[in-house]
Amino acid sequence: MPDLSVNIAGLHFKNPVSTASGTFGYGDEFRDFIDLARLGAVFVKAVTGKNREGNAYPRMAETSSGMLNSVGLQNKGVDHFCRDIYPRIRNFDTHIIVNVSGSTVEEYVEVAQRINELEKIPAIELNISCPNVKLGGMAFGTIPSMATEVTAAVRKVYKKILMVKLSPNVTSITDLAKAVVDGGADVITMINTLLGMAIDAERRQPVLSTITGGLSGPAIKPVALRMVWQVHNAVKIPIIGLGGIMNAADAIEFLLAGASAIQVGTANFIDPCVSIKIIDGIEDYMNRHKIESVALLIGALRTE
Amino acid sequence: MELKKFVHDLQVVHYQRLNERHFLLELLSPEKLPLILPGQFAQALVENSPATFLRRPFSIHSVDYGANTLKLLIQIKGEGTLRLSRLKEGDALNLIYPLGNSFSIPNTKDVLLVGGGCGVAPLLFLAQFLNQRHIHPTILLGFRTREEVSEIEIYAKYGNVLITTDDGSEGEKGLAVNHSIFNSEKLSFKKIFCCGPDAMMKAVAEIARKREISCEVSLENSMACGFGVCLCCITPTVSGNERVCVEGPVFNINRLKWNNFAN
Repeated sequence: MPDLSVNIAGLHFKNPVSTASGTFGYGDEFRDFIDLARLGAVFVKAVTGKNREGNAYPRMAETSSGMLNSVGLQNKGVDHFCRDIYPRIRNFDTHIIVNVSGSTVEEYVEVAQRINELEKIPAIELNISCPNVKLGGMAFGTIPSMATEVTAAVRKVYKKILMVKLSPNVTSITDLAKAVVDGGADVITMINTLLGMAIDAERRQPVLSTITGGLSGPAIKPVALRMVWQVHNAVKIPIIGLGGIMNAADAIEFLLAGASAIQVGTANFIDPCVSIKIIDGIEDYMNRHKIESVALLIGALRTE
Repeated sequence: MELKKFVHDLQVVHYQRLNERHFLLELLSPEKLPLILPGQFAQALVENSPATFLRRPFSIHSVDYGANTLKLLIQIKGEGTLRLSRLKEGDALNLIYPLGNSFSIPNTKDVLLVGGGCGVAPLLFLAQFLNQRHIHPTILLGFRTREEVSEIEIYAKYGNVLITTDDGSEGEKGLAVNHSIFNSEKLSFKKIFCCGPDAMMKAVAEIARKREISCEVSLENSMACGFGVCLCCITPTVSGNERVCVEGPVFNINRLKWNNFAN
Protein backbone atom coordinates (compact mmCIF):
# COMPACT_ATOMS: atom_id res chain seq x y z
CA MET A 1 0.00 0.00 0.00
CA PRO A 2 1.50 3.36 -1.03
CA ASP A 3 2.28 6.03 1.58
CA LEU A 4 -0.08 8.96 1.07
CA SER A 5 1.13 11.00 4.02
CA VAL A 6 2.80 14.37 3.57
CA ASN A 7 4.65 16.72 5.88
CA ILE A 8 3.46 20.32 5.79
CA ALA A 9 5.92 22.50 7.73
CA GLY A 10 6.16 19.83 10.43
CA LEU A 11 2.45 18.98 10.45
CA HIS A 12 1.75 15.39 9.44
CA PHE A 13 -1.20 15.05 7.01
CA LYS A 14 -2.43 11.45 6.60
CA ASN A 15 -2.90 12.27 2.93
CA PRO A 16 -2.59 15.41 0.79
CA VAL A 17 -6.33 15.96 0.44
CA SER A 18 -8.00 18.69 2.49
CA THR A 19 -11.11 20.80 2.03
CA ALA A 20 -11.13 24.51 1.25
CA SER A 21 -12.41 27.21 3.55
CA GLY A 22 -15.84 28.50 2.61
CA THR A 23 -16.85 25.31 0.84
CA PHE A 24 -16.98 22.90 3.77
CA GLY A 25 -18.70 24.78 6.57
CA TYR A 26 -17.26 23.63 9.89
CA GLY A 27 -16.95 20.07 8.61
CA ASP A 28 -19.86 18.56 10.50
CA GLU A 29 -22.21 19.56 7.67
CA PHE A 30 -20.58 16.68 5.74
CA ARG A 31 -20.99 14.04 8.42
CA ASP A 32 -23.91 12.39 6.61
CA PHE A 33 -21.79 12.09 3.47
CA ILE A 34 -18.20 11.17 4.39
CA ASP A 35 -15.93 10.00 7.18
CA LEU A 36 -14.12 13.23 8.09
CA ALA A 37 -11.31 11.21 9.68
CA ARG A 38 -10.14 10.18 6.21
CA LEU A 39 -9.22 13.76 5.25
CA GLY A 40 -5.74 15.18 5.51
CA ALA A 41 -7.17 18.37 7.00
CA VAL A 42 -10.33 20.48 7.08
CA PHE A 43 -10.03 24.23 6.52
CA VAL A 44 -13.09 25.69 8.22
CA LYS A 45 -14.81 28.81 7.04
CA ALA A 46 -13.46 32.29 7.59
CA VAL A 47 -13.51 33.76 11.08
CA THR A 48 -13.41 37.54 11.60
CA GLY A 49 -13.19 39.68 14.71
CA LYS A 50 -16.89 40.53 14.87
CA ASN A 51 -20.13 39.18 13.47
CA ARG A 52 -20.43 39.83 9.74
CA GLU A 53 -23.73 39.51 7.87
CA GLY A 54 -21.95 39.33 4.52
CA ASN A 55 -23.23 40.82 1.28
CA ALA A 56 -26.82 41.07 0.05
CA TYR A 57 -28.51 38.41 -2.05
CA PRO A 58 -27.89 37.48 -4.88
CA ARG A 59 -24.44 36.20 -4.00
CA MET A 60 -23.98 33.55 -6.61
CA ALA A 61 -23.82 33.29 -10.37
CA GLU A 62 -23.27 30.07 -12.25
CA THR A 63 -20.76 30.37 -15.09
CA SER A 64 -19.34 28.02 -17.69
CA SER A 65 -17.42 25.41 -15.69
CA GLY A 66 -17.56 27.40 -12.51
CA MET A 67 -19.37 29.89 -10.35
CA LEU A 68 -19.00 33.39 -8.97
CA ASN A 69 -19.71 34.15 -5.34
CA SER A 70 -19.83 37.29 -3.28
CA VAL A 71 -20.66 35.91 0.15
CA GLY A 72 -18.48 38.49 1.89
CA LEU A 73 -17.15 36.43 4.82
CA GLN A 74 -20.49 35.93 6.57
CA ASN A 75 -19.70 34.50 10.02
CA LYS A 76 -20.57 35.15 13.64
CA GLY A 77 -17.13 36.32 14.77
CA VAL A 78 -14.26 34.85 16.74
CA ASP A 79 -16.04 34.80 20.13
CA HIS A 80 -18.81 32.68 18.69
CA PHE A 81 -16.26 30.41 17.00
CA CYS A 82 -14.31 29.80 20.20
CA ARG A 83 -17.39 29.34 22.36
CA ASP A 84 -19.91 27.55 20.14
CA ILE A 85 -18.09 26.00 17.18
CA TYR A 86 -14.73 24.87 18.52
CA PRO A 87 -16.12 22.55 21.24
CA ARG A 88 -18.18 20.64 18.70
CA ILE A 89 -15.37 20.20 16.15
CA ARG A 90 -12.25 19.96 18.34
CA ASN A 91 -12.30 16.17 18.48
CA PHE A 92 -12.48 15.47 14.76
CA ASP A 93 -9.82 12.94 13.86
CA THR A 94 -8.23 15.26 11.32
CA HIS A 95 -6.45 18.61 11.45
CA ILE A 96 -8.84 21.54 11.85
CA ILE A 97 -7.31 24.65 10.35
CA VAL A 98 -9.03 27.99 10.78
CA ASN A 99 -9.22 30.59 8.02
CA VAL A 100 -8.54 33.97 9.65
CA SER A 101 -9.89 37.09 7.95
CA GLY A 102 -10.11 40.77 8.73
CA SER A 103 -10.34 44.33 7.50
CA THR A 104 -7.38 45.74 9.41
CA VAL A 105 -4.02 44.44 10.64
CA GLU A 106 -5.36 44.73 14.20
CA GLU A 107 -8.33 42.53 13.40
CA TYR A 108 -6.16 39.82 11.85
CA VAL A 109 -3.87 39.93 14.90
CA GLU A 110 -6.78 39.80 17.34
CA VAL A 111 -8.39 36.79 15.66
CA ALA A 112 -5.05 34.96 15.29
CA GLN A 113 -4.31 35.53 18.98
CA ARG A 114 -7.63 34.03 19.99
CA ILE A 115 -7.23 31.00 17.72
CA ASN A 116 -3.69 30.52 19.03
CA GLU A 117 -5.21 29.66 22.42
CA LEU A 118 -7.24 26.76 20.98
CA GLU A 119 -5.28 23.62 21.74
CA LYS A 120 -6.66 21.42 18.92
CA ILE A 121 -6.10 23.93 16.13
CA PRO A 122 -2.56 23.32 14.83
CA ALA A 123 -2.51 26.04 12.17
CA ILE A 124 -4.29 29.05 10.74
CA GLU A 125 -4.76 30.12 7.16
CA LEU A 126 -4.45 33.87 6.87
CA ASN A 127 -6.98 35.02 4.29
CA ILE A 128 -5.39 38.06 2.66
CA SER A 129 -7.16 37.37 -0.59
CA CYS A 130 -10.93 37.62 -0.25
CA PRO A 131 -12.21 39.69 -3.20
CA ASN A 132 -15.62 40.26 -1.61
CA VAL A 133 -14.94 42.66 1.24
CA LYS A 134 -14.56 46.40 0.80
CA LEU A 135 -11.72 46.98 3.20
CA GLY A 136 -8.69 44.81 3.77
CA GLY A 137 -9.17 41.34 2.38
CA MET A 138 -7.68 41.38 -1.03
CA ALA A 139 -5.80 44.68 -0.57
CA PHE A 140 -3.47 42.89 1.82
CA GLY A 141 -3.02 40.20 -0.79
CA THR A 142 -2.24 42.41 -3.77
CA ILE A 143 0.31 44.87 -2.42
CA PRO A 144 3.53 43.07 -1.41
CA SER A 145 4.49 45.49 1.39
CA MET A 146 1.04 45.15 2.95
CA ALA A 147 1.21 41.35 2.63
CA THR A 148 4.54 41.34 4.48
CA GLU A 149 3.20 43.71 7.13
CA VAL A 150 0.07 41.72 8.00
CA THR A 151 1.91 38.39 7.89
CA ALA A 152 4.67 39.70 10.17
CA ALA A 153 2.17 41.20 12.62
CA VAL A 154 0.31 37.89 12.92
CA ARG A 155 3.60 35.96 13.05
CA LYS A 156 4.48 37.86 16.24
CA VAL A 157 1.41 36.59 18.09
CA TYR A 158 0.69 33.28 16.40
CA LYS A 159 2.98 30.52 17.66
CA LYS A 160 1.83 27.55 15.57
CA ILE A 161 1.88 26.94 11.83
CA LEU A 162 1.09 30.06 9.85
CA MET A 163 -0.36 29.53 6.40
CA VAL A 164 -1.11 32.48 4.12
CA LYS A 165 -3.67 32.23 1.31
CA LEU A 166 -2.72 34.14 -1.80
CA SER A 167 -4.91 36.00 -4.24
CA PRO A 168 -4.47 35.36 -7.97
CA ASN A 169 -5.59 38.92 -8.73
CA VAL A 170 -2.03 40.22 -9.07
CA THR A 171 0.48 40.90 -11.80
CA SER A 172 3.29 38.89 -10.23
CA ILE A 173 2.27 36.06 -7.95
CA THR A 174 5.90 35.33 -7.05
CA ASP A 175 6.31 38.86 -5.64
CA LEU A 176 3.42 38.20 -3.26
CA ALA A 177 4.73 34.75 -2.37
CA LYS A 178 8.14 36.21 -1.50
CA ALA A 179 6.43 38.98 0.48
CA VAL A 180 4.62 36.54 2.77
CA VAL A 181 7.76 34.44 3.17
CA ASP A 182 9.51 37.65 4.28
CA GLY A 183 6.68 38.18 6.77
CA GLY A 184 7.28 34.77 8.31
CA ALA A 185 4.74 32.48 6.64
CA ASP A 186 5.34 28.73 7.07
CA VAL A 187 3.07 27.61 4.25
CA ILE A 188 1.43 29.21 1.22
CA THR A 189 -2.07 28.17 0.20
CA MET A 190 -3.08 29.23 -3.28
CA ILE A 191 -5.18 30.31 -5.06
CA ASN A 192 -8.23 32.16 -3.80
CA THR A 193 -10.93 33.11 -6.30
CA LEU A 194 -10.35 35.19 -9.41
CA LEU A 195 -12.22 38.47 -9.56
CA GLY A 196 -14.99 38.19 -12.12
CA MET A 197 -18.42 39.42 -13.12
CA ALA A 198 -21.70 38.17 -14.54
CA ILE A 199 -24.38 40.16 -16.36
CA ASP A 200 -28.06 39.45 -16.92
CA ALA A 201 -28.55 40.93 -20.39
CA GLU A 202 -32.36 40.61 -20.29
CA ARG A 203 -32.52 42.91 -17.29
CA ARG A 204 -29.33 44.85 -18.17
CA GLN A 205 -28.23 44.24 -14.60
CA PRO A 206 -25.33 42.56 -12.85
CA VAL A 207 -26.24 39.14 -11.46
CA LEU A 208 -24.45 39.71 -8.15
CA SER A 209 -25.55 42.35 -5.65
CA THR A 210 -21.89 43.39 -5.42
CA ILE A 211 -21.52 43.50 -9.25
CA THR A 212 -18.18 41.65 -9.06
CA GLY A 213 -17.35 38.43 -7.25
CA GLY A 214 -14.89 35.57 -6.96
CA LEU A 215 -14.69 32.95 -9.69
CA SER A 216 -14.06 29.34 -8.67
CA GLY A 217 -14.40 25.91 -10.20
CA PRO A 218 -12.65 24.12 -13.06
CA ALA A 219 -12.62 27.34 -15.12
CA ILE A 220 -9.74 28.62 -12.97
CA LYS A 221 -7.66 25.44 -12.78
CA PRO A 222 -5.13 26.32 -15.52
CA VAL A 223 -4.46 29.68 -13.85
CA ALA A 224 -4.03 28.04 -10.45
CA LEU A 225 -1.67 25.39 -11.82
CA ARG A 226 0.49 28.00 -13.51
CA MET A 227 0.72 30.06 -10.34
CA VAL A 228 1.52 27.06 -8.12
CA TRP A 229 4.30 26.09 -10.51
CA GLN A 230 5.71 29.64 -10.58
CA VAL A 231 5.66 29.95 -6.79
CA HIS A 232 7.12 26.46 -6.34
CA ASN A 233 10.09 27.67 -8.37
CA ALA A 234 10.38 30.93 -6.44
CA VAL A 235 10.14 30.06 -2.73
CA LYS A 236 11.19 27.20 -0.47
CA ILE A 237 8.18 26.84 1.83
CA PRO A 238 5.46 24.23 1.16
CA ILE A 239 2.44 25.08 -0.98
CA ILE A 240 -1.10 23.80 -0.56
CA GLY A 241 -2.70 24.11 -3.98
CA LEU A 242 -6.31 24.71 -4.90
CA GLY A 243 -8.41 26.05 -7.73
CA GLY A 244 -10.92 23.97 -9.65
CA ILE A 245 -9.89 20.53 -8.43
CA MET A 246 -12.74 18.17 -9.33
CA ASN A 247 -11.06 14.74 -9.32
CA ALA A 248 -7.87 12.82 -8.53
CA ALA A 249 -6.24 13.67 -11.86
CA ASP A 250 -6.62 17.38 -11.11
CA ALA A 251 -5.17 16.85 -7.63
CA ILE A 252 -2.14 15.01 -9.01
CA GLU A 253 -1.54 17.83 -11.51
CA PHE A 254 -1.24 20.26 -8.57
CA LEU A 255 1.20 17.95 -6.78
CA LEU A 256 3.31 17.68 -9.94
CA ALA A 257 3.27 21.48 -10.31
CA GLY A 258 4.77 21.76 -6.83
CA ALA A 259 1.98 21.62 -4.26
CA SER A 260 2.67 19.46 -1.19
CA ALA A 261 -1.06 19.05 -0.55
CA ILE A 262 -4.30 20.21 -2.11
CA GLN A 263 -7.66 21.60 -1.10
CA VAL A 264 -10.94 20.59 -2.67
CA GLY A 265 -13.29 23.58 -2.84
CA THR A 266 -16.21 24.23 -5.13
CA ALA A 267 -16.38 20.53 -6.11
CA ASN A 268 -17.78 19.84 -2.62
CA PHE A 269 -20.97 21.67 -3.64
CA ILE A 270 -21.62 19.30 -6.52
CA ASP A 271 -20.47 16.07 -4.91
CA PRO A 272 -20.14 16.18 -1.13
CA CYS A 273 -18.27 12.85 -1.29
CA VAL A 274 -15.69 14.03 -3.84
CA SER A 275 -12.81 14.54 -1.38
CA ILE A 276 -12.84 10.84 -0.46
CA LYS A 277 -13.01 9.84 -4.13
CA ILE A 278 -9.93 12.00 -4.74
CA ILE A 279 -8.00 10.27 -1.95
CA ASP A 280 -8.90 6.86 -3.41
CA GLY A 281 -8.03 8.08 -6.90
CA ILE A 282 -4.58 9.28 -5.83
CA GLU A 283 -3.92 5.88 -4.30
CA ASP A 284 -5.00 4.17 -7.54
CA TYR A 285 -2.67 6.42 -9.52
CA MET A 286 0.24 5.58 -7.23
CA ASN A 287 -0.45 1.87 -7.54
CA ARG A 288 -0.69 2.16 -11.30
CA HIS A 289 2.58 4.11 -11.53
CA LYS A 290 4.29 2.09 -8.78
CA ILE A 291 4.99 5.17 -6.69
CA GLU A 292 5.66 4.32 -3.05
CA SER A 293 5.25 7.74 -1.49
CA VAL A 294 3.08 10.64 -2.57
CA ALA A 295 5.95 12.93 -1.55
CA LEU A 296 7.75 11.70 -4.68
CA LEU A 297 5.11 13.42 -6.82
CA ILE A 298 5.59 16.88 -5.34
CA GLY A 299 7.11 19.15 -7.97
CA ALA A 300 7.94 16.07 -10.06
CA LEU A 301 6.91 17.71 -13.31
CA ARG A 302 9.12 16.59 -16.20
CA THR A 303 9.92 19.71 -18.20
CA GLU A 304 12.67 18.50 -20.54
CA MET B 1 -35.78 17.98 13.13
CA GLU B 2 -32.72 17.32 11.00
CA LEU B 3 -33.06 14.24 8.82
CA LYS B 4 -30.14 12.25 7.51
CA LYS B 5 -29.09 13.24 4.01
CA PHE B 6 -28.11 10.86 1.22
CA VAL B 7 -26.41 10.98 -2.17
CA HIS B 8 -28.14 8.34 -4.31
CA ASP B 9 -28.57 7.36 -7.94
CA LEU B 10 -32.31 6.97 -8.43
CA GLN B 11 -33.86 5.40 -11.51
CA VAL B 12 -36.44 7.11 -13.69
CA VAL B 13 -39.36 4.66 -13.71
CA HIS B 14 -41.94 7.00 -15.19
CA TYR B 15 -41.64 10.13 -17.29
CA GLN B 16 -44.70 12.25 -17.89
CA ARG B 17 -44.74 15.40 -19.99
CA LEU B 18 -47.52 17.53 -18.50
CA ASN B 19 -47.37 20.36 -21.04
CA GLU B 20 -44.85 22.38 -23.01
CA ARG B 21 -42.97 23.67 -19.96
CA HIS B 22 -43.53 21.05 -17.26
CA PHE B 23 -42.73 17.38 -16.75
CA LEU B 24 -42.90 14.83 -13.96
CA LEU B 25 -40.20 12.36 -13.05
CA GLU B 26 -41.05 9.35 -10.91
CA LEU B 27 -37.82 8.06 -9.40
CA LEU B 28 -37.20 4.67 -7.83
CA SER B 29 -34.71 4.47 -4.99
CA PRO B 30 -32.37 1.45 -4.99
CA GLU B 31 -32.41 1.60 -1.22
CA LYS B 32 -35.29 2.13 1.16
CA LEU B 33 -36.43 5.74 0.80
CA PRO B 34 -35.33 7.85 3.75
CA LEU B 35 -37.90 9.77 5.77
CA ILE B 36 -38.82 12.91 3.83
CA LEU B 37 -41.02 15.75 5.05
CA PRO B 38 -43.24 18.04 2.95
CA GLY B 39 -41.37 21.17 1.91
CA GLN B 40 -38.03 19.43 1.65
CA PHE B 41 -36.12 19.39 -1.63
CA ALA B 42 -33.53 17.44 -3.59
CA GLN B 43 -30.45 18.65 -5.48
CA ALA B 44 -30.31 16.92 -8.86
CA LEU B 45 -27.10 16.43 -10.83
CA VAL B 46 -27.32 17.39 -14.50
CA GLU B 47 -24.87 15.26 -16.42
CA ASN B 48 -23.23 15.94 -19.79
CA SER B 49 -24.11 19.61 -19.75
CA PRO B 50 -21.01 21.83 -19.58
CA ALA B 51 -23.14 24.97 -19.13
CA THR B 52 -24.78 23.43 -16.06
CA PHE B 53 -22.03 23.39 -13.47
CA LEU B 54 -24.18 23.21 -10.35
CA ARG B 55 -26.97 20.91 -9.27
CA ARG B 56 -30.58 22.01 -9.66
CA PRO B 57 -32.86 22.13 -6.60
CA PHE B 58 -36.40 20.72 -6.84
CA SER B 59 -39.14 20.36 -4.22
CA ILE B 60 -40.26 16.83 -3.51
CA HIS B 61 -43.63 16.65 -5.26
CA SER B 62 -44.85 13.41 -3.71
CA VAL B 63 -43.53 10.30 -1.99
CA ASP B 64 -44.77 6.72 -2.23
CA TYR B 65 -43.03 4.68 0.45
CA GLY B 66 -44.87 1.53 -0.70
CA ALA B 67 -43.43 1.73 -4.21
CA ASN B 68 -40.19 3.26 -2.88
CA THR B 69 -40.54 6.15 -5.32
CA LEU B 70 -40.68 9.92 -5.21
CA LYS B 71 -41.79 12.43 -7.81
CA LEU B 72 -40.28 15.71 -8.96
CA LEU B 73 -42.31 18.28 -10.87
CA ILE B 74 -39.93 20.25 -13.04
CA GLN B 75 -40.38 23.41 -15.09
CA ILE B 76 -38.08 23.84 -18.07
CA LYS B 77 -36.33 27.15 -17.40
CA GLY B 78 -32.87 26.81 -18.88
CA GLU B 79 -30.16 24.48 -20.11
CA GLY B 80 -30.12 22.32 -16.96
CA THR B 81 -33.84 21.63 -16.77
CA LEU B 82 -34.00 21.20 -20.56
CA ARG B 83 -31.37 18.50 -20.24
CA LEU B 84 -33.34 16.81 -17.44
CA SER B 85 -36.48 16.94 -19.60
CA ARG B 86 -34.72 14.55 -21.97
CA LEU B 87 -34.28 11.83 -19.34
CA LYS B 88 -35.87 8.54 -20.29
CA GLU B 89 -37.35 5.72 -18.29
CA GLY B 90 -34.47 3.56 -17.06
CA ASP B 91 -32.01 6.48 -16.83
CA ALA B 92 -30.33 7.30 -13.53
CA LEU B 93 -30.60 10.65 -11.75
CA ASN B 94 -28.23 11.45 -8.90
CA LEU B 95 -29.88 13.26 -5.99
CA ILE B 96 -28.71 14.72 -2.72
CA TYR B 97 -31.75 14.56 -0.47
CA PRO B 98 -33.77 15.20 1.62
CA LEU B 99 -32.65 18.82 2.13
CA GLY B 100 -33.98 21.80 4.06
CA ASN B 101 -36.70 22.14 6.67
CA SER B 102 -40.39 21.41 6.21
CA PHE B 103 -43.81 22.97 6.55
CA SER B 104 -44.96 22.87 10.16
CA ILE B 105 -47.75 20.58 11.31
CA PRO B 106 -50.72 22.90 11.79
CA ASN B 107 -52.75 22.80 14.98
CA THR B 108 -55.92 23.63 13.06
CA LYS B 109 -58.02 21.93 10.38
CA ASP B 110 -58.73 25.21 8.57
CA VAL B 111 -55.79 25.13 6.22
CA LEU B 112 -55.28 26.86 2.87
CA LEU B 113 -52.53 25.88 0.43
CA VAL B 114 -51.65 28.44 -2.24
CA GLY B 115 -49.38 27.53 -5.15
CA GLY B 116 -48.41 29.36 -8.29
CA GLY B 117 -46.61 28.03 -11.34
CA CYS B 118 -43.95 25.52 -10.40
CA GLY B 119 -44.54 26.51 -6.78
CA VAL B 120 -47.38 24.00 -6.71
CA ALA B 121 -44.71 21.25 -6.54
CA PRO B 122 -44.35 20.82 -2.74
CA LEU B 123 -48.08 21.32 -2.09
CA LEU B 124 -49.18 17.89 -3.31
CA PHE B 125 -46.84 16.18 -0.85
CA LEU B 126 -48.02 18.59 1.85
CA ALA B 127 -51.68 17.83 1.09
CA GLN B 128 -50.99 14.08 1.30
CA PHE B 129 -49.20 14.59 4.60
CA LEU B 130 -52.05 16.71 6.00
CA ASN B 131 -54.60 14.06 4.95
CA GLN B 132 -52.78 11.49 7.07
CA ARG B 133 -53.46 13.87 9.95
CA HIS B 134 -57.15 14.12 8.99
CA ILE B 135 -56.79 17.62 7.59
CA HIS B 136 -58.45 18.27 4.22
CA PRO B 137 -57.08 21.63 3.09
CA THR B 138 -58.38 24.04 0.52
CA ILE B 139 -55.88 23.99 -2.33
CA LEU B 140 -55.71 27.11 -4.47
CA LEU B 141 -53.55 26.69 -7.55
CA GLY B 142 -52.61 29.39 -10.03
CA PHE B 143 -51.57 28.57 -13.60
CA ARG B 144 -50.83 30.64 -16.69
CA THR B 145 -53.30 28.95 -19.00
CA ARG B 146 -55.64 25.98 -19.27
CA GLU B 147 -52.81 24.01 -20.98
CA GLU B 148 -50.71 24.27 -17.83
CA VAL B 149 -53.46 23.13 -15.48
CA SER B 150 -52.48 19.59 -14.52
CA GLU B 151 -52.91 16.88 -11.92
CA ILE B 152 -56.08 18.52 -10.58
CA GLU B 153 -57.77 15.15 -10.09
CA ILE B 154 -54.82 14.10 -7.90
CA TYR B 155 -54.93 17.21 -5.71
CA ALA B 156 -58.71 16.77 -5.46
CA LYS B 157 -58.17 13.48 -3.60
CA TYR B 158 -56.65 15.42 -0.72
CA GLY B 159 -58.64 18.63 -0.52
CA ASN B 160 -60.97 21.16 -2.10
CA VAL B 161 -59.23 22.46 -5.23
CA LEU B 162 -59.67 26.01 -6.56
CA ILE B 163 -58.02 27.22 -9.75
CA THR B 164 -57.04 30.48 -11.35
CA THR B 165 -55.50 31.04 -14.76
CA ASP B 166 -53.89 34.25 -15.94
CA ASP B 167 -56.05 34.29 -19.06
CA GLY B 168 -59.22 32.94 -17.49
CA SER B 169 -59.22 29.83 -19.71
CA GLU B 170 -59.97 27.72 -16.65
CA GLY B 171 -61.17 28.57 -13.14
CA GLU B 172 -61.18 32.21 -12.12
CA LYS B 173 -59.28 34.71 -14.24
CA GLY B 174 -56.21 36.33 -12.72
CA LEU B 175 -53.49 35.38 -10.28
CA ALA B 176 -54.04 33.00 -7.37
CA VAL B 177 -53.91 35.94 -4.99
CA ASN B 178 -56.81 37.59 -6.87
CA HIS B 179 -59.14 34.62 -6.24
CA SER B 180 -62.56 35.53 -4.84
CA ILE B 181 -62.00 33.52 -1.64
CA PHE B 182 -59.78 36.36 -0.49
CA ASN B 183 -62.62 38.87 -1.00
CA SER B 184 -64.92 37.36 1.59
CA GLU B 185 -65.23 39.44 4.72
CA LYS B 186 -64.26 36.59 6.95
CA LEU B 187 -61.54 34.25 5.80
CA SER B 188 -62.05 31.15 7.92
CA PHE B 189 -58.52 29.81 7.43
CA LYS B 190 -56.21 29.69 10.41
CA LYS B 191 -53.10 28.57 8.50
CA ILE B 192 -51.82 29.34 5.01
CA PHE B 193 -48.99 27.48 3.30
CA CYS B 194 -47.74 29.18 0.15
CA CYS B 195 -45.20 28.47 -2.58
CA GLY B 196 -44.75 30.27 -5.85
CA PRO B 197 -43.18 33.33 -7.44
CA ASP B 198 -41.84 35.90 -4.95
CA ALA B 199 -44.45 38.50 -5.90
CA MET B 200 -47.24 36.01 -5.25
CA MET B 201 -45.84 34.94 -1.88
CA LYS B 202 -45.47 38.55 -0.80
CA ALA B 203 -49.06 39.28 -1.81
CA VAL B 204 -50.37 36.23 0.06
CA ALA B 205 -48.26 37.17 3.07
CA GLU B 206 -49.78 40.65 3.00
CA ILE B 207 -53.29 39.19 3.08
CA ALA B 208 -52.31 36.79 5.87
CA ARG B 209 -50.84 39.60 7.91
CA LYS B 210 -53.90 41.84 7.49
CA ARG B 211 -56.27 39.03 8.41
CA GLU B 212 -53.98 37.78 11.18
CA ILE B 213 -53.64 34.31 9.72
CA SER B 214 -50.48 32.30 10.42
CA CYS B 215 -48.59 31.89 7.15
CA GLU B 216 -45.55 29.96 5.93
CA VAL B 217 -43.91 30.44 2.55
CA SER B 218 -41.35 28.30 0.71
CA LEU B 219 -38.57 30.35 -0.88
CA GLU B 220 -36.58 29.46 -3.95
CA ASN B 221 -33.32 31.40 -3.89
CA SER B 222 -30.46 30.52 -6.21
CA MET B 223 -28.10 28.16 -4.42
CA ALA B 224 -24.85 26.32 -5.05
CA CYS B 225 -24.62 23.48 -2.52
CA GLY B 226 -28.09 23.05 -1.03
CA PHE B 227 -26.83 21.77 2.32
CA GLY B 228 -25.65 24.84 4.12
CA VAL B 229 -22.00 25.43 3.35
CA CYS B 230 -21.78 27.91 0.46
CA LEU B 231 -23.93 30.62 2.11
CA CYS B 232 -25.18 31.81 -1.29
CA CYS B 233 -28.94 31.36 -0.87
CA ILE B 234 -29.40 33.60 2.16
CA THR B 235 -32.49 35.66 2.91
CA PRO B 236 -32.65 38.47 5.51
CA THR B 237 -34.64 37.46 8.58
CA VAL B 238 -35.25 38.86 12.04
CA SER B 239 -32.21 36.79 13.13
CA GLY B 240 -29.94 38.11 10.37
CA ASN B 241 -29.12 36.42 7.08
CA GLU B 242 -30.30 32.82 7.09
CA ARG B 243 -29.76 30.03 4.60
CA VAL B 244 -32.80 29.15 2.51
CA CYS B 245 -31.37 25.62 2.10
CA VAL B 246 -31.06 24.84 5.83
CA GLU B 247 -33.09 27.27 7.96
CA GLY B 248 -35.57 27.24 5.01
CA PRO B 249 -36.86 26.82 2.40
CA VAL B 250 -39.99 27.21 4.55
CA PHE B 251 -40.20 30.38 6.62
CA ASN B 252 -42.94 31.82 8.76
CA ILE B 253 -43.65 35.24 7.24
CA ASN B 254 -43.10 36.89 10.63
CA ARG B 255 -39.43 35.94 10.43
CA LEU B 256 -38.78 37.35 6.96
CA LYS B 257 -37.65 40.88 6.22
CA TRP B 258 -39.71 41.40 3.12
CA ASN B 259 -38.44 44.94 2.50
CA ASN B 260 -35.02 43.60 1.71
CA PHE B 261 -36.37 40.73 -0.29
CA ALA B 262 -34.67 40.55 -3.69
CA ASN B 263 -36.70 40.85 -6.90
